[in-house]
Amino acid sequence: MLIKNILLGALAIGSTALASATSVELLNVSYDPTRELYVEFNKAFAAHWKAKTGDGVIIKQSHGGSGKQARAVIDGLSADVVTLALAGDVDAIYDVARLIPKDWQKRLPDNSAPYTSTIVLLVRAGNPKHIKDWDDLVKPGVSVITPNPKTSGGARWNYLAAWEFARRKLGSDDKAKDFVKALFKNVPVLDSGARGSTTTFVQRGIGDVLLAWENEAFLALKEFGADKFEIVVPSLSILAEPSVSVVDKVVKKKGTAEVAKAYLDYLYTDEGQDIAARNFYRPRNPAIAAKYPGNFAKLELFTIDAVFGGWAKATKIHFADGGTFDQIYQN
Amino acid sequence: MTLSGKRRYVLPGFGLSLGFTLAYLGLIVLIPLAAAFIKTSGLSLADFWAAVTSPRVMASYKLSFGVSLFAALVNAVFGGILAWVLVRYTFPGRRIVDALVDLPFALPTAVAGIALAAIYSPNGWVGQWLDPIWAAGVAQLSGWIPWVDWPGWLGGKLAFDRPGVFLALTFVGLPFVVRTLQPVLQELEPELEEAAATLGANRWQTMTRVIFPELMPALITGFALAFARALGEYGSVVFIAGNMPMHSEITPLLIITKLEQYDYRGATAIAVVMLVASFVLLLLINLLQKWSRRYYRV
Repeated sequence: MLIKNILLGALAIGSTALASATSVELLNVSYDPTRELYVEFNKAFAAHWKAKTGDGVIIKQSHGGSGKQARAVIDGLSADVVTLALAGDVDAIYDVARLIPKDWQKRLPDNSAPYTSTIVLLVRAGNPKHIKDWDDLVKPGVSVITPNPKTSGGARWNYLAAWEFARRKLGSDDKAKDFVKALFKNVPVLDSGARGSTTTFVQRGIGDVLLAWENEAFLALKEFGADKFEIVVPSLSILAEPSVSVVDKVVKKKGTAEVAKAYLDYLYTDEGQDIAARNFYRPRNPAIAAKYPGNFAKLELFTIDAVFGGWAKATKIHFADGGTFDQIYQN
Repeated sequence: MTLSGKRRYVLPGFGLSLGFTLAYLGLIVLIPLAAAFIKTSGLSLADFWAAVTSPRVMASYKLSFGVSLFAALVNAVFGGILAWVLVRYTFPGRRIVDALVDLPFALPTAVAGIALAAIYSPNGWVGQWLDPIWAAGVAQLSGWIPWVDWPGWLGGKLAFDRPGVFLALTFVGLPFVVRTLQPVLQELEPELEEAAATLGANRWQTMTRVIFPELMPALITGFALAFARALGEYGSVVFIAGNMPMHSEITPLLIITKLEQYDYRGATAIAVVMLVASFVLLLLINLLQKWSRRYYRV
């Protein structure tokens, strides 16, 4: 009887809590390193939404490997918005499950990527192996940490950045393949995700250089001390465009279309751009970027669309079964 | 086995309990497994074959089955000794050791993997001593027998290589052997050994003729459970294996890799191969157990 009463009491408290809470709730399904960014952004957006409409909004976050997150959405996780590591993963939500329209990327400015990042080299303090650019990574005795491009979105950017560097320097795709093969010979551990690789490098002390997202590298400096690591900016790198989209079928069912759209639009406002910049993502707005001159080193950046013809093509050539990544390990 | 269909049971409810059993097995085991087969049936035979026999996948079968088998064998030996010590001797802290055995059951396997990697990595507590010894040992072997690819077989280092896979699989399999052996050992009275001794058996004979036959069926069961558990293990292994293609990738990782590429059919194709292979192996082990029971009991 007592237990029953307690249960009933708990139920009553639970339901009143639900009733008094706002009716709007968003789920943002994102990838690993954006955790800190969206904690800050969600707070700002909730305040903005409250001021504008008087409604409260609770935003839940889900983080994990980008591909895994896309798969969860495809398999039925009811995400109102996705903010993933690469357009290829958002494409899959159209390709496999048709939850969004084919031209999702055209709906928001800048390829639906409100902030960008790039791949940099994180080395140990004092840079004992004198690593300055991509071609230092293939030298014998240099140990490189990167996740597996088959399982990690971040690693695909690494792979393509190294490939394009070699192609420009050595002149052909064949030579670029040899270069990447030599680079991966120097990789002792292939973790399945970017956070795993950071742990291997930072906490296990393995490797001389970590190929990392710029924001992840800054985060490592912030968390573990700038006296332990240094960021080396290569001469050329890839412009990583983490893309965002509303998941149309889900918001339609939940009736959250308006707030979900406002949420993503808010990423493009000065406030949203400033939060991105504070969290070491490169804002699209040059005026905001100029406020953080120390954070974003100037380097030559290329886009995947211009050089590799977009994600679909790059995935097919390099990362599908039998692609160049499989080839460099099989012969 | 020998019960005939016409036998009257003391307690009623055979139909009900069998129905319940079938429904339960169906919901929890058969339907999910059948789904794997159905999903695969979308592939043509040629595609299926290509998916399950690509070089990377073949290399992973060898690693997964080989290391799982080896880990289960090692567990059978050392888990057996552990169970013996726990049952036959009283010593301070025995209860704690006994409880420790269950830890691999309860611990999230990712935690186990991260912990093992931290300890056995080259700058870890144990790894900083053992890793150089292992590397030197493998180099020494290569010196003596140069025509075998020792680093390829054994791995050149402890963590983030094949030995890491072995460590993780041994860890998750240990409780199965200990927990299946313990009750049998508890039933086995020391008087049996004394009787054997009074009848003139020496220690070796007591061991091989009296104790071992009693333990054999349970030992095989424990071995089979540990083996099956190791085959399916994913969480702990990926943190310590290094995951190098063609070298230290386990099959479950390749299934995840396929999923990551949205290749659901390819993933289920490999899963089906693993399922069938595991089923056949477990069936063989069951037969072996039946045979051993008969062989030793005469």
